[in-house]
Amino acid sequence: MSGELYEVISAVGETIIGNRQMLTDLDAAIGDGDHGINMARGFEAVKAKLQTLETESDIGKVLKTVGMTLISSVGGAAGPLYGTAFLRAAVPSQGKTELDVETIGLMLEAAIAGIKERGKATTGEKTMLDALVPAYEAFQDGAKTGKSVIECLELACEAAQQGVEFTKTIIATKGRASYLGERSRGHQDPGATSSYIMLKALLEHLRRQ
Amino acid sequence: MKKVINVPEQVVEEMLQGMVLAHSQYVKRVDGFEVLVRAKKPGAGKVALVSGGGSGHEPSHAGFVGRGMLDGAVAGAVFTSPTPDQVYEAVKAVDNGKGVLLIIKNYSGDVMNFEMAIEMANADGITVDKVIVNDDVAVENSTWTIGRRGIAGTVLVHKIAGAKAEAGAELEEVKRIADKVIHNVRSMGMALDSCTVPAAGKPSFVLEENEIEIGMGIHGEPGTHREVLRTADEITDHLVDKILADMPLAVGQEVAVLINGLGATPLMELYIVNRKVAALLKEKGLHIAKTYVGNYMTSLEMAGFSISILKLDSELKELLLAPADTPALVQF
Repeated sequence: MSGELYEVISAVGETIIGNRQMLTDLDAAIGDGDHGINMARGFEAVKAKLQTLETESDIGKVLKTVGMTLISSVGGAAGPLYGTAFLRAAVPSQGKTELDVETIGLMLEAAIAGIKERGKATTGEKTMLDALVPAYEAFQDGAKTGKSVIECLELACEAAQQGVEFTKTIIATKGRASYLGERSRGHQDPGATSSYIMLKALLEHLRRQ
Repeated sequence: MKKVINVPEQVVEEMLQGMVLAHSQYVKRVDGFEVLVRAKKPGAGKVALVSGGGSGHEPSHAGFVGRGMLDGAVAGAVFTSPTPDQVYEAVKAVDNGKGVLLIIKNYSGDVMNFEMAIEMANADGITVDKVIVNDDVAVENSTWTIGRRGIAGTVLVHKIAGAKAEAGAELEEVKRIADKVIHNVRSMGMALDSCTVPAAGKPSFVLEENEIEIGMGIHGEPGTHREVLRTADEITDHLVDKILADMPLAVGQEVAVLINGLGATPLMELYIVNRKVAALLKEKGLHIAKTYVGNYMTSLEMAGFSISILKLDSELKELLLAPADTPALVQF
């Protein structure tokens, strides 16, 4: 695996691991308080798995491995959802060793479609989709006006952050938080938050390059 | 956090090791997986039953692996659904060629992971079907849910569907019976105090000295509302009311009752609750054919309890009263 690809995924993973407590606290307020713990366990497993892929340069293959590893290590709802997202993102990136704006757009689109299908969810239900869908739309807006990968990701991150803020204003209708009904209002969604911090970690890593 | 553990990361593994050592006549480990199956696999011709979910609900579900109940149980991390590969291994280990029924508690994570496992097993040509238990009436008035939660009533599904499978019924029949139990069972719980997930290290929620949570879930997820502590009789009255409002029962109806401790509730208190439940049901002209009191579906060290009421007919009653021989439920 190319050094850069390894670093990008590591950077995303380290961010999740570093935010373990924050994500867990958000989940404790409206869910069952394990989102950070589960996601951190998943990315620790990904870190170990990446060591075995040192010579792999195909981005699609690496993302597929990340997806399979998350599915078999995270559990809960986040495991199948993020796992499916990475598996789907692996399709448009198959055979690629570098990513352009168009491919990233396709990857985000495929990942979101996978999450919607697996979770039978859509936007406005206080889930990770409330961060990811606006992020994808902002990314595509940037792509249409010929912006660079970093510029598009900046727009995406900004939209994802607003999406996280938006989840504070709505009631959960999917996942364990949905059992709270009205009491879930006022809390930000842990899944939307983890999606946002992953995008942000990706952006920050690329900026440093 | 004060717990009798070694390291949080090892609680499930070490628990499973201890369970197998304690109950080797009932269960064995599927090597390399968080899966326990019957020590002696039943002969061909029996539909296999698998349940599972996050750990922390012991004796659910591995405690119910044995004759007359489950064939296999999958243990996820604490309060976290097991992953699809684990469930898939359980299915492969118990399949007898007659099909496998998965008993899933209604949580989106559990449903997704178990469904992915079904896809994997189907690809191998193993026939797998599922039922989803949603007995908790606490959230009945919410239009914002993906359905009700699955709680202690699940154990009655294990018992009755297990008896049907043991009698040699086909997968379709076992599923029909399981669905009938799900249709006829209602539960509701309350908590006096929180619990601490070992890896989290602090309580999932905090209740004031004199405060209780009504409609509490079994993962420390908040319930419907909080109120000031009342007497056992008053709390029981409220919970039974909510259950019967959801499932009106005719005078003379036979029922089964499960008074379930959440982990830190003394049996003394569970019996006090049971006394009141029996009185309330008698008042309404209902007949209790079978009562279970104890810790069946716990929530780590949470203090509190749940009440489950199962509406019986002759078929369900016969299967409920059939023998079972498992680590956590022995019945002759």
